[in-house]
Amino acid sequence: MNLPLFQTLFQTLARRLFGILAAVLLMPAQAQPTIAAASDLKFALDEIAAAFQASSGQAVKLVYGSSGNFYRQIAQGAPFELFLSADEDFVFKLADQGLTPDRGRLYAIGRIVLFIPKGSPVPVDTAFEPQLVQLRRALGEGRVLKFAIANPDHAPYGRAAMEALKSLDLWAAIQPRLVLGENVSQAAQFAVSGSTQAGIFAYSLALAPQFSRAGNAVLIPETLHQPLRQRMVLTRKAGAVAEAFHAYLQQPAARAVFVRHGFALPGER
Amino acid sequence: MDWQALRLSVWLALATALILLPLGVLAGRWLAGSRHPLRPLAEALLALPLVLPPTVLGYYLLVAMGGASPLGQLYQQLTGQTLAFSFSGLLLASLIFNIPFALMPMQRAFEAIPAELYDAARSCGLSPWRTLWHIELPLAWRGILSGLIMTAAHTLGEFGVVLMVGGSIPGETKTIAISIYDRVQGFDMQAAGLMSATLLTVSLATLLSTAWLTRRRGPGPRG
Repeated sequence: MNLPLFQTLFQTLARRLFGILAAVLLMPAQAQPTIAAASDLKFALDEIAAAFQASSGQAVKLVYGSSGNFYRQIAQGAPFELFLSADEDFVFKLADQGLTPDRGRLYAIGRIVLFIPKGSPVPVDTAFEPQLVQLRRALGEGRVLKFAIANPDHAPYGRAAMEALKSLDLWAAIQPRLVLGENVSQAAQFAVSGSTQAGIFAYSLALAPQFSRAGNAVLIPETLHQPLRQRMVLTRKAGAVAEAFHAYLQQPAARAVFVRHGFALPGER
Repeated sequence: MDWQALRLSVWLALATALILLPLGVLAGRWLAGSRHPLRPLAEALLALPLVLPPTVLGYYLLVAMGGASPLGQLYQQLTGQTLAFSFSGLLLASLIFNIPFALMPMQRAFEAIPAELYDAARSCGLSPWRTLWHIELPLAWRGILSGLIMTAAHTLGEFGVVLMVGGSIPGETKTIAISIYDRVQGFDMQAAGLMSATLLTVSLATLLSTAWLTRRRGPGPRG
Protein backbone atom coordinates (compact mmCIF):
# COMPACT_ATOMS: atom_id res chain seq x y z
CA MET A 1 0.00 0.00 0.00
CA ASN A 2 1.25 3.45 -0.93
CA LEU A 3 1.26 5.09 2.45
CA PRO A 4 2.33 8.68 1.59
CA LEU A 5 -0.29 8.89 -1.18
CA PHE A 6 -2.93 7.57 1.20
CA GLN A 7 -1.93 10.13 3.79
CA THR A 8 -2.10 12.99 1.30
CA LEU A 9 -5.49 11.84 0.09
CA PHE A 10 -6.76 11.52 3.63
CA GLN A 11 -5.43 14.95 4.57
CA THR A 12 -7.04 16.58 1.53
CA LEU A 13 -10.32 14.90 2.27
CA ALA A 14 -10.20 15.87 5.94
CA ARG A 15 -9.38 19.48 5.06
CA ARG A 16 -12.26 19.64 2.59
CA LEU A 17 -14.69 18.18 5.08
CA PHE A 18 -13.48 20.50 7.79
CA GLY A 19 -13.85 23.48 5.42
CA ILE A 20 -17.42 22.55 4.55
CA LEU A 21 -18.28 21.93 8.19
CA ALA A 22 -16.75 25.23 9.29
CA ALA A 23 -18.59 27.08 6.53
CA VAL A 24 -21.91 25.52 7.50
CA LEU A 25 -21.39 26.19 11.19
CA LEU A 26 -19.89 29.65 11.05
CA MET A 27 -21.67 31.33 8.13
CA PRO A 28 -24.99 32.05 9.80
CA ALA A 29 -23.27 32.88 13.07
CA GLN A 30 -21.20 35.57 11.36
CA ALA A 31 -24.20 37.01 9.56
CA GLN A 32 -26.62 36.97 12.50
CA PRO A 33 -25.59 38.40 15.84
CA THR A 34 -26.87 36.55 18.91
CA ILE A 35 -28.85 38.67 21.32
CA ALA A 36 -29.64 37.77 24.93
CA ALA A 37 -33.00 39.01 26.17
CA ALA A 38 -34.97 38.69 29.40
CA SER A 39 -37.91 36.31 29.03
CA ASP A 40 -40.54 39.03 29.66
CA LEU A 41 -39.53 40.50 26.27
CA LYS A 42 -40.44 37.37 24.30
CA PHE A 43 -43.48 38.66 22.44
CA ALA A 44 -42.44 42.31 22.04
CA LEU A 45 -38.94 41.53 20.81
CA ASP A 46 -40.03 38.84 18.34
CA GLU A 47 -42.18 41.49 16.73
CA ILE A 48 -39.47 44.17 16.75
CA ALA A 49 -36.90 41.77 15.28
CA ALA A 50 -39.30 40.86 12.46
CA ALA A 51 -39.88 44.55 11.70
CA PHE A 52 -36.11 45.18 11.83
CA GLN A 53 -35.53 42.38 9.35
CA ALA A 54 -38.24 43.70 7.04
CA SER A 55 -36.83 47.21 7.02
CA SER A 56 -33.09 46.48 7.00
CA GLY A 57 -32.87 43.01 5.45
CA GLN A 58 -30.70 41.91 8.39
CA ALA A 59 -31.62 39.22 10.89
CA VAL A 60 -30.74 38.77 14.53
CA LYS A 61 -30.84 35.61 16.63
CA LEU A 62 -32.81 36.06 19.86
CA VAL A 63 -32.21 33.93 22.94
CA TYR A 64 -34.63 34.36 25.85
CA GLY A 65 -33.85 33.46 29.43
CA SER A 66 -33.23 34.76 32.91
CA SER A 67 -31.21 38.00 33.12
CA GLY A 68 -29.07 36.60 35.93
CA ASN A 69 -28.08 33.59 33.82
CA PHE A 70 -27.19 35.83 30.88
CA TYR A 71 -25.13 38.07 33.15
CA ARG A 72 -23.16 35.02 34.33
CA GLN A 73 -22.71 33.72 30.79
CA ILE A 74 -21.53 37.06 29.39
CA ALA A 75 -19.11 37.47 32.30
CA GLN A 76 -17.74 34.01 31.32
CA GLY A 77 -17.26 35.09 27.69
CA ALA A 78 -20.52 33.99 26.02
CA PRO A 79 -20.75 35.33 22.43
CA PHE A 80 -23.76 37.62 22.94
CA GLU A 81 -23.46 40.97 21.14
CA LEU A 82 -26.35 42.73 22.83
CA PHE A 83 -27.92 42.09 26.24
CA LEU A 84 -31.44 43.26 27.14
CA SER A 85 -31.74 42.77 30.88
CA ALA A 86 -34.91 42.85 32.99
CA ASP A 87 -32.84 44.28 35.84
CA GLU A 88 -30.41 47.13 35.26
CA ASP A 89 -28.07 45.98 38.03
CA PHE A 90 -26.78 43.14 35.84
CA VAL A 91 -25.85 45.67 33.14
CA PHE A 92 -24.04 47.82 35.69
CA LYS A 93 -22.15 44.79 36.99
CA LEU A 94 -20.94 43.92 33.47
CA ALA A 95 -19.94 47.55 32.90
CA ASP A 96 -18.02 47.60 36.19
CA GLN A 97 -16.03 44.59 34.97
CA GLY A 98 -15.17 46.37 31.74
CA LEU A 99 -17.10 43.89 29.59
CA THR A 100 -19.19 46.59 27.89
CA PRO A 101 -18.09 49.84 26.27
CA ASP A 102 -20.59 51.90 28.34
CA ARG A 103 -23.25 51.59 31.06
CA GLY A 104 -26.05 50.94 28.56
CA ARG A 105 -29.40 52.67 28.35
CA LEU A 106 -32.88 52.20 29.74
CA TYR A 107 -35.29 50.89 27.14
CA ALA A 108 -38.45 50.00 29.09
CA ILE A 109 -40.08 49.90 32.51
CA GLY A 110 -41.81 46.61 33.30
CA ARG A 111 -45.26 46.38 34.85
CA ILE A 112 -46.88 43.51 36.76
CA VAL A 113 -50.43 42.15 36.79
CA LEU A 114 -52.61 40.22 39.19
CA PHE A 115 -53.85 37.26 37.18
CA ILE A 116 -56.90 35.06 37.91
CA PRO A 117 -57.05 31.95 35.71
CA LYS A 118 -60.30 30.65 34.24
CA GLY A 119 -61.99 28.23 36.63
CA SER A 120 -60.47 29.88 39.71
CA PRO A 121 -62.80 30.21 42.73
CA VAL A 122 -61.77 33.90 42.88
CA PRO A 123 -64.43 35.98 41.07
CA VAL A 124 -62.89 38.22 38.42
CA ASP A 125 -63.18 41.96 38.02
CA THR A 126 -61.75 44.26 35.37
CA ALA A 127 -60.43 46.90 37.77
CA PHE A 128 -57.62 46.48 40.30
CA GLU A 129 -59.34 47.62 43.50
CA PRO A 130 -62.47 45.43 43.22
CA GLN A 131 -60.31 42.51 42.07
CA LEU A 132 -58.21 42.96 45.19
CA VAL A 133 -61.33 42.89 47.35
CA GLN A 134 -62.33 39.58 45.73
CA LEU A 135 -58.85 38.16 46.27
CA ARG A 136 -58.83 39.16 49.95
CA ARG A 137 -62.24 37.59 50.47
CA ALA A 138 -61.22 34.34 48.72
CA LEU A 139 -58.02 34.21 50.79
CA GLY A 140 -60.00 34.73 53.99
CA GLU A 141 -62.33 31.88 53.08
CA GLY A 142 -59.43 29.57 52.21
CA ARG A 143 -60.36 29.31 48.56
CA VAL A 144 -56.88 30.25 47.30
CA LEU A 145 -54.72 27.13 47.63
CA LYS A 146 -51.78 28.14 45.47
CA PHE A 147 -50.51 31.51 44.27
CA ALA A 148 -47.82 31.74 41.55
CA ILE A 149 -45.01 34.30 41.38
CA ALA A 150 -41.43 34.18 40.09
CA ASN A 151 -38.77 33.38 42.69
CA PRO A 152 -38.15 36.70 44.51
CA ASP A 153 -34.65 35.59 45.51
CA HIS A 154 -33.35 36.04 41.99
CA ALA A 155 -36.09 36.97 39.49
CA PRO A 156 -36.76 40.75 39.19
CA TYR A 157 -40.47 40.18 38.55
CA GLY A 158 -40.67 37.91 41.57
CA ARG A 159 -39.12 40.64 43.69
CA ALA A 160 -41.65 43.20 42.39
CA ALA A 161 -44.50 40.76 43.09
CA MET A 162 -43.27 40.27 46.66
CA GLU A 163 -42.96 44.03 47.18
CA ALA A 164 -46.49 44.59 45.88
CA LEU A 165 -47.92 41.85 48.12
CA LYS A 166 -46.11 43.35 51.11
CA SER A 167 -47.40 46.85 50.27
CA LEU A 168 -50.91 45.38 50.19
CA ASP A 169 -50.42 43.57 53.51
CA LEU A 170 -51.10 40.26 51.76
CA TRP A 171 -47.64 38.72 52.07
CA ALA A 172 -48.27 36.89 55.35
CA ALA A 173 -51.49 35.35 54.00
CA ILE A 174 -50.07 34.40 50.61
CA GLN A 175 -46.54 33.30 51.46
CA PRO A 176 -47.56 29.79 52.67
CA ARG A 177 -49.46 29.34 49.39
CA LEU A 178 -46.70 30.46 47.03
CA VAL A 179 -45.59 28.43 44.04
CA LEU A 180 -42.31 29.86 42.77
CA GLY A 181 -41.47 29.96 39.08
CA GLU A 182 -37.80 29.71 38.17
CA ASN A 183 -38.30 32.81 36.01
CA VAL A 184 -41.27 35.02 35.16
CA SER A 185 -42.33 32.87 32.18
CA GLN A 186 -42.57 29.77 34.34
CA ALA A 187 -44.53 31.74 36.96
CA ALA A 188 -46.97 32.77 34.22
CA GLN A 189 -47.12 29.16 33.01
CA PHE A 190 -47.92 27.97 36.55
CA ALA A 191 -50.59 30.68 36.91
CA VAL A 192 -52.44 29.68 33.74
CA SER A 193 -52.04 25.91 34.26
CA GLY A 194 -55.21 25.77 36.38
CA SER A 195 -53.23 24.36 39.31
CA THR A 196 -53.05 27.77 41.00
CA GLN A 197 -55.96 30.07 41.79
CA ALA A 198 -54.08 33.33 41.15
CA GLY A 199 -50.65 34.74 40.36
CA ILE A 200 -48.57 37.81 39.67
CA PHE A 201 -46.38 38.09 36.56
CA ALA A 202 -45.33 40.46 33.78
CA TYR A 203 -47.94 42.57 32.03
CA SER A 204 -46.05 41.96 28.77
CA LEU A 205 -46.77 38.23 29.04
CA ALA A 206 -50.38 38.71 30.20
CA LEU A 207 -51.15 40.62 26.99
CA ALA A 208 -50.06 37.71 24.78
CA PRO A 209 -53.04 35.71 23.43
CA GLN A 210 -52.03 32.39 25.03
CA PHE A 211 -52.17 34.04 28.48
CA SER A 212 -55.01 36.55 27.96
CA ARG A 213 -57.22 33.68 26.73
CA ALA A 214 -56.52 31.70 29.91
CA GLY A 215 -57.82 34.20 32.44
CA ASN A 216 -58.22 37.77 33.64
CA ALA A 217 -55.38 40.18 34.36
CA VAL A 218 -55.51 43.54 36.16
CA LEU A 219 -52.58 45.94 36.20
CA ILE A 220 -50.98 46.48 39.63
CA PRO A 221 -50.29 50.17 40.41
CA GLU A 222 -46.63 51.12 39.94
CA THR A 223 -46.56 52.78 43.34
CA LEU A 224 -46.78 49.38 45.09
CA HIS A 225 -43.32 48.18 44.07
CA GLN A 226 -39.87 49.38 43.03
CA PRO A 227 -39.77 50.16 39.30
CA LEU A 228 -38.59 47.31 37.05
CA ARG A 229 -35.97 49.33 35.19
CA GLN A 230 -34.90 47.37 32.13
CA ARG A 231 -31.55 48.30 30.64
CA MET A 232 -29.76 47.11 27.51
CA VAL A 233 -26.09 47.21 26.63
CA LEU A 234 -23.88 46.29 23.68
CA THR A 235 -21.03 44.00 24.64
CA ARG A 236 -17.47 44.37 23.42
CA LYS A 237 -18.24 41.62 20.87
CA ALA A 238 -20.92 43.69 19.11
CA GLY A 239 -20.71 43.93 15.30
CA ALA A 240 -22.40 46.24 12.83
CA VAL A 241 -25.74 44.35 12.76
CA ALA A 242 -26.04 44.30 16.55
CA GLU A 243 -25.30 48.03 16.62
CA ALA A 244 -27.95 48.68 13.97
CA PHE A 245 -30.50 46.64 15.97
CA HIS A 246 -29.54 48.49 19.14
CA ALA A 247 -30.18 51.81 17.35
CA TYR A 248 -33.44 50.46 15.90
CA LEU A 249 -34.69 49.57 19.40
CA GLN A 250 -34.62 53.29 20.25
CA GLN A 251 -36.62 54.35 17.17
CA PRO A 252 -40.28 55.40 17.59
CA ALA A 253 -41.48 52.27 15.72
CA ALA A 254 -39.78 49.90 18.18
CA ARG A 255 -40.80 51.98 21.19
CA ALA A 256 -44.41 51.81 20.04
CA VAL A 257 -44.16 48.00 20.04
CA PHE A 258 -42.86 48.03 23.62
CA VAL A 259 -45.81 50.20 24.67
CA ARG A 260 -48.28 47.95 22.89
CA HIS A 261 -46.84 44.97 24.77
CA GLY A 262 -47.41 46.57 28.14
CA PHE A 263 -44.10 48.27 28.89
CA ALA A 264 -43.82 51.86 30.07
CA LEU A 265 -41.13 53.92 28.38
CA PRO A 266 -38.37 55.49 30.41
CA GLY A 267 -38.63 59.25 30.74
CA GLU A 268 -34.89 59.71 30.51
CA ARG A 269 -33.09 58.70 27.35
CA MET B 1 -27.06 25.05 54.15
CA ASP B 2 -30.71 24.30 53.46
CA TRP B 3 -31.42 21.48 55.96
CA GLN B 4 -35.12 21.59 55.20
CA ALA B 5 -34.46 20.86 51.52
CA LEU B 6 -32.04 18.05 52.37
CA ARG B 7 -34.55 16.52 54.79
CA LEU B 8 -37.27 16.74 52.14
CA SER B 9 -35.03 15.08 49.54
CA VAL B 10 -34.07 12.23 51.88
CA TRP B 11 -37.72 11.71 52.84
CA LEU B 12 -38.75 11.68 49.16
CA ALA B 13 -35.96 9.22 48.34
CA LEU B 14 -36.95 6.84 51.16
CA ALA B 15 -40.67 6.98 50.33
CA THR B 16 -40.00 6.36 46.64
CA ALA B 17 -37.70 3.41 47.31
CA LEU B 18 -40.04 1.78 49.86
CA ILE B 19 -43.12 2.08 47.64
CA LEU B 20 -41.25 0.74 44.63
CA LEU B 21 -39.82 -2.23 46.62
CA PRO B 22 -42.91 -4.53 46.50
CA LEU B 23 -43.90 -3.31 43.04
CA GLY B 24 -40.39 -3.88 41.70
CA VAL B 25 -40.14 -7.37 43.21
CA LEU B 26 -43.49 -8.48 41.79
CA ALA B 27 -43.00 -6.88 38.37
CA GLY B 28 -39.35 -7.98 38.14
CA ARG B 29 -40.27 -11.55 38.98
CA TRP B 30 -43.10 -11.59 36.47
CA LEU B 31 -40.95 -10.12 33.68
CA ALA B 32 -38.10 -12.56 34.45
CA GLY B 33 -40.33 -15.61 34.15
CA SER B 34 -42.89 -14.53 31.61
CA ARG B 35 -43.13 -15.73 28.01
CA HIS B 36 -46.14 -13.52 27.39
CA PRO B 37 -46.22 -11.98 23.89
CA LEU B 38 -46.73 -8.52 25.41
CA ARG B 39 -43.67 -8.80 27.62
CA PRO B 40 -41.32 -6.85 25.28
CA LEU B 41 -43.86 -4.01 25.11
CA ALA B 42 -44.23 -3.97 28.90
CA GLU B 43 -40.45 -3.93 29.29
CA ALA B 44 -40.09 -1.08 26.83
CA LEU B 45 -42.81 1.00 28.50
CA LEU B 46 -41.33 0.49 31.96
CA ALA B 47 -37.84 1.43 30.72
CA LEU B 48 -39.03 4.65 29.04
CA PRO B 49 -38.13 6.99 31.94
CA LEU B 50 -34.52 5.87 31.46
CA VAL B 51 -34.25 7.34 27.97
CA LEU B 52 -36.80 10.16 27.95
CA PRO B 53 -35.50 13.63 28.79
CA PRO B 54 -36.76 14.66 32.26
CA THR B 55 -38.40 17.65 30.57
CA VAL B 56 -40.64 15.32 28.53
CA LEU B 57 -41.70 13.46 31.67
CA GLY B 58 -42.11 16.79 33.44
CA TYR B 59 -44.30 18.13 30.68
CA TYR B 60 -46.65 15.13 30.70
CA LEU B 61 -46.80 15.07 34.49
CA LEU B 62 -47.58 18.80 34.63
CA VAL B 63 -50.44 18.31 32.19
CA ALA B 64 -51.66 15.12 33.90
CA MET B 65 -51.62 16.58 37.41
CA GLY B 66 -52.86 20.10 36.59
CA GLY B 67 -56.14 21.48 37.88
CA ALA B 68 -57.69 21.04 34.43
CA SER B 69 -56.95 17.28 34.23
CA PRO B 70 -59.27 14.55 35.56
CA LEU B 71 -56.56 13.27 37.90
CA GLY B 72 -55.86 16.77 39.23
CA GLN B 73 -59.56 17.45 39.77
CA LEU B 74 -60.19 14.11 41.45
CA TYR B 75 -57.30 14.68 43.84
CA GLN B 76 -58.49 18.19 44.63
CA GLN B 77 -62.00 16.95 45.37
CA LEU B 78 -60.72 14.19 47.63
CA THR B 79 -58.13 16.16 49.58
CA GLY B 80 -58.90 19.85 49.02
CA GLN B 81 -55.28 20.27 47.91
CA THR B 82 -53.76 20.60 44.46
CA LEU B 83 -51.75 17.62 43.19
CA ALA B 84 -49.31 19.69 41.13
CA PHE B 85 -46.93 21.68 43.38
CA SER B 86 -47.43 19.32 46.34
CA PHE B 87 -45.32 16.63 48.00
CA SER B 88 -47.82 13.97 46.84
CA GLY B 89 -47.47 15.14 43.25
CA LEU B 90 -43.70 15.11 43.56
CA LEU B 91 -43.81 11.59 45.03
CA LEU B 92 -46.01 10.41 42.15
CA ALA B 93 -43.55 11.93 39.65
CA SER B 94 -40.66 10.40 41.53
CA LEU B 95 -42.27 6.93 41.47
CA ILE B 96 -42.76 7.11 37.72
CA PHE B 97 -39.31 8.31 36.76
CA ASN B 98 -37.68 5.74 39.07
CA ILE B 99 -39.45 2.62 37.78
CA PRO B 100 -36.54 1.42 35.61
CA PHE B 101 -33.97 2.14 38.31
CA ALA B 102 -35.81 -0.10 40.76
CA LEU B 103 -37.07 -2.68 38.30
CA MET B 104 -34.04 -3.45 36.13
CA PRO B 105 -31.61 -4.71 38.82
CA MET B 106 -34.45 -6.71 40.44
CA GLN B 107 -35.46 -8.31 37.14
CA ARG B 108 -31.83 -9.26 36.34
CA ALA B 109 -31.52 -10.84 39.79
CA PHE B 110 -34.62 -13.01 39.24
CA GLU B 111 -33.46 -13.94 35.74
CA ALA B 112 -30.18 -15.21 37.20
CA ILE B 113 -31.97 -17.89 39.25
CA PRO B 114 -31.62 -21.23 37.41
CA ALA B 115 -34.87 -22.73 36.09
CA GLU B 116 -34.06 -26.09 37.71
CA LEU B 117 -34.47 -24.52 41.13
CA TYR B 118 -38.04 -23.58 40.30
CA ASP B 119 -38.68 -27.13 39.05
CA ALA B 120 -37.20 -28.55 42.24
CA ALA B 121 -39.31 -26.23 44.38
CA ARG B 122 -42.46 -27.22 42.52
CA SER B 123 -41.72 -30.94 42.80
CA CYS B 124 -41.25 -30.46 46.55
CA GLY B 125 -44.74 -29.03 46.66
CA LEU B 126 -43.75 -25.47 47.61
CA SER B 127 -46.42 -22.83 46.96
CA PRO B 128 -45.40 -19.84 44.80
CA TRP B 129 -45.43 -17.66 47.92
CA ARG B 130 -43.09 -20.00 49.83
CA THR B 131 -40.88 -20.32 46.72
CA LEU B 132 -40.54 -16.53 46.66
CA TRP B 133 -39.79 -16.36 50.36
CA HIS B 134 -37.45 -19.36 50.76
CA ILE B 135 -35.78 -19.72 47.34
CA GLU B 136 -35.96 -16.56 45.28
CA LEU B 137 -35.48 -13.76 47.82
CA PRO B 138 -32.40 -15.36 49.44
CA LEU B 139 -30.85 -15.60 45.96
CA ALA B 140 -32.02 -12.28 44.52
CA TRP B 141 -31.62 -9.94 47.51
CA ARG B 142 -28.46 -8.31 46.17
CA GLY B 143 -30.25 -7.17 43.02
CA ILE B 144 -33.25 -6.01 45.05
CA LEU B 145 -31.04 -4.00 47.40
CA SER B 146 -29.17 -2.47 44.45
CA GLY B 147 -32.49 -1.47 42.92
CA LEU B 148 -33.57 0.16 46.16
CA ILE B 149 -30.37 2.10 46.61
CA MET B 150 -30.18 3.18 42.95
CA THR B 151 -33.74 4.47 43.28
CA ALA B 152 -32.98 6.43 46.43
CA ALA B 153 -29.75 7.88 45.02
CA HIS B 154 -31.41 8.81 41.74
CA THR B 155 -34.26 10.55 43.59
CA LEU B 156 -31.76 12.61 45.60
CA GLY B 157 -30.22 13.84 42.37
CA GLU B 158 -33.32 14.35 40.22
CA PHE B 159 -33.63 17.91 38.96
CA GLY B 160 -35.42 18.32 35.63
CA VAL B 161 -38.76 16.77 36.54
CA VAL B 162 -38.85 18.53 39.91
CA LEU B 163 -38.05 21.88 38.31
CA MET B 164 -41.00 21.45 35.96
CA VAL B 165 -43.67 20.17 38.37
CA GLY B 166 -42.44 21.37 41.78
CA GLY B 167 -42.72 25.15 42.08
CA SER B 168 -39.87 25.37 44.64
CA ILE B 169 -42.10 25.44 47.75
CA PRO B 170 -39.97 25.23 50.93
CA GLY B 171 -40.71 22.04 52.89
CA GLU B 172 -43.07 20.77 50.20
CA THR B 173 -41.36 20.59 46.79
CA LYS B 174 -38.05 22.43 47.20
CA THR B 175 -35.58 19.53 47.06
CA ILE B 176 -31.86 19.85 47.68
CA ALA B 177 -31.13 19.89 43.92
CA ILE B 178 -33.60 22.76 43.40
CA SER B 179 -32.21 24.58 46.41
CA ILE B 180 -28.71 24.41 44.93
CA TYR B 181 -30.00 25.79 41.63
CA ASP B 182 -31.83 28.62 43.43
CA ARG B 183 -28.70 29.53 45.39
CA VAL B 184 -26.63 29.69 42.17
CA GLN B 185 -29.34 31.83 40.58
CA GLY B 186 -29.24 34.10 43.62
CA PHE B 187 -25.41 34.43 43.33
CA ASP B 188 -24.92 32.68 46.67
CA MET B 189 -22.07 30.45 45.47
CA GLN B 190 -20.89 29.63 48.99
CA ALA B 191 -24.18 28.01 50.02
CA ALA B 192 -24.44 26.26 46.65
CA GLY B 193 -20.91 24.92 47.06
CA LEU B 194 -21.58 23.65 50.56
CA MET B 195 -24.80 21.89 49.56
CA SER B 196 -23.18 20.42 46.44
CA ALA B 197 -20.34 19.01 48.52
CA THR B 198 -22.88 17.52 50.96
CA LEU B 199 -24.82 15.86 48.15
CA LEU B 200 -21.59 14.56 46.60
CA THR B 201 -20.56 13.01 49.92
CA VAL B 202 -23.99 11.45 50.54
CA SER B 203 -24.10 10.00 47.00
CA LEU B 204 -20.61 8.55 47.22
CA ALA B 205 -21.33 7.07 50.66
CA THR B 206 -24.54 5.52 49.33
CA LEU B 207 -22.79 3.84 46.40
CA LEU B 208 -19.88 2.65 48.54
CA SER B 209 -22.23 1.17 51.11
CA THR B 210 -24.11 -0.70 48.35
CA ALA B 211 -20.86 -2.18 47.12
CA TRP B 212 -19.96 -3.18 50.67
CA LEU B 213 -23.38 -4.64 51.51
CA THR B 214 -23.68 -6.68 48.32
CA ARG B 215 -20.07 -7.87 48.13
CA ARG B 216 -19.74 -11.62 47.78
CA ARG B 217 -17.87 -13.40 50.52
CA GLY B 218 -15.44 -16.04 49.31
CA PRO B 219 -15.49 -17.85 45.97
CA GLY B 220 -18.71 -19.31 44.70
CA PRO B 221 -20.65 -19.77 41.50
CA ARG B 222 -23.14 -17.01 42.32
CA GLY B 223 -25.49 -15.84 45.00
